[in-house]
Amino acid sequence: MNLEVSRSSTLWSRVGLARQRVFDRRRQTLFLIVFCVLCLGVILTGSARAAVANQTNLSERNQAPSWAHPFGTDWLGRDMLLRTWSGLSLSLQVGFLAALFSSLIGLLIGLTAATLGGAVDAFFSWWIDVFLSLPHMVVLILLAFVSGGGLNGVVISVALTHWPSLARVIRAEVYQVRSADYVQLSAKLGRSSFWVARHHILPHIWPQFLVGLILLFPHAILHEAGITFIGIGLSPHQPAIGIILAESMRHLSTGYWWLAVLPGAALLVMVKLFDILGENGRALLDPRTAQE
Amino acid sequence: MNILRYLIKKLLRLILLLFTISVLSFTLVSLSPIDPVQAYVGAEMMRIGPEQRQRIAERWGLNDPPVVRYMRWLSSLMRGDLGTSAIYNQPVSQVIRQRFFTSLGLMGTAWVLSGVLGFLLGVLSGARAGSWVDQIIRFYAYLLASTPAFWLALLLLIVFAVFLKWAPVCCATPPGVLPEQVTFAQRLHHLVLPALTLSIIGIANITLHTRQKLITILNSDYILFARAQGENLFGLIWHHGLRNIALPAITLQFASISELFGGSVLAEQVFAYPGLGQATVQAGLRSDVPLLLGIVLFSTLFVFTGNALADILYHLIDPRIRLGVES
Repeated sequence: MNLEVSRSSTLWSRVGLARQRVFDRRRQTLFLIVFCVLCLGVILTGSARAAVANQTNLSERNQAPSWAHPFGTDWLGRDMLLRTWSGLSLSLQVGFLAALFSSLIGLLIGLTAATLGGAVDAFFSWWIDVFLSLPHMVVLILLAFVSGGGLNGVVISVALTHWPSLARVIRAEVYQVRSADYVQLSAKLGRSSFWVARHHILPHIWPQFLVGLILLFPHAILHEAGITFIGIGLSPHQPAIGIILAESMRHLSTGYWWLAVLPGAALLVMVKLFDILGENGRALLDPRTAQE
Repeated sequence: MNILRYLIKKLLRLILLLFTISVLSFTLVSLSPIDPVQAYVGAEMMRIGPEQRQRIAERWGLNDPPVVRYMRWLSSLMRGDLGTSAIYNQPVSQVIRQRFFTSLGLMGTAWVLSGVLGFLLGVLSGARAGSWVDQIIRFYAYLLASTPAFWLALLLLIVFAVFLKWAPVCCATPPGVLPEQVTFAQRLHHLVLPALTLSIIGIANITLHTRQKLITILNSDYILFARAQGENLFGLIWHHGLRNIALPAITLQFASISELFGGSVLAEQVFAYPGLGQATVQAGLRSDVPLLLGIVLFSTLFVFTGNALADILYHLIDPRIRLGVES
């Protein structure tokens, strides 16, 4: 890397390099926007098709994937592509709700712990440790059970289990900013702590929070699918992707592979897209990598 | 002795942790809208009148205030009595012990397999960074890092059990065979697919970390010096690389026990493997509160032990780090 740059260090090639970088960033940003629009499209149209997706057509039962039904049909003749689509949109909404709550909890606890410090900080740090030392799946099951299952149970349990890592990041960030010279100076100049928090700390935390929220998505959606799959989450009347896969499990021994393979692959693609979005967002927002 | 002081500190921490979790989970369960009597009665609802419900509630002491109930639960916990599981009709501690040993074989196999394979793949991909081998391994790890465990289990089930018929579709032993007559080979045969699922999922993380670490080390000055002395790539990794990348890999592998436990819940569900994970799901689905609380405490203990072992091992392997306070 270094060698190449020093070898071609004339002005023009530097301009060329810079232009390349700009295009790279522009391409990334474009990718992000297109992706978000696509995702929103999936959310909006998927739920609208839930009624169509549940229509049974007994003359077309158990068909392997074809042009008419790219994902095949199930044992009631329902089109699996439509079912997967509406299932994904439901999972996405649940995941979004849960990730949002979870990140807000993380933000609140991280901010409180770092601003108040002392005993409060020790208290919240202990809770972060407690949550991190429990296996995720067991807590999810416990919380979903305690909140009575259903949609609420899923959202509550996923929201209450995913905040600790983000809270930890935000706590560390706030500590770092607070000890920075310009923040110390600002306080010495007579700014109130609220003013400092609003003008110095929040703008610094905001990008971290946003990226943290996006990166929470894949986890939230996967865990939502997981507890729905084992049957503690949503009911069969709300065919989220986990329900679809759980139902397909009963028909596996008959060799209808498409019932499980394709919806799961769609879930994987969706999760991966969020991953890419989050990582790119982080690269753009992080001042250390933003110029690369 | 430093190590003694360290162990005592860890033990105190564990007790505090278990206490916090017992309070937390007990509070959660008593806040829950689920009526334990109703959950216990279940299908027999029609045949049990209000007086009998009242008697069940009295017998279980459900009319007492939560604090009294918690103290009662805690004092029996101290005596090692975790209560009785309603769905298995056995003491909770016995259910957990039996199920844990079934799961332990599964998790242990997967743990060792994913650790060794993940480490080797990471070394291979780090040593040949940028080559097509590296690209393939990285793509594989990247993809698997967000694959749902239960979906992978379904895929393996479809390919190896349904189509190729190499492996059984379910359970830990063949159906219709008495537990005493099950051979080791049969057990192994039933273990393969669930263990494979967990191993494949577990590989991703350790591969990516080992690769990153090895690349950093191969770019360091002392490697450059060794290279200048004529050491080849194998010698570089064998003499200089392995020691440096083994430690983070070990820590990571021990820290992954929590994830492994979560994965085994899902994998056991798919393969109907009668382990602790399946018991957790059943306890949640069929409102077996004593069993659920027992599993929460036990899994905490399990994960904590894993992390503590990692710490101790770390200190044993790396002479620069010593337990407790040195300075």
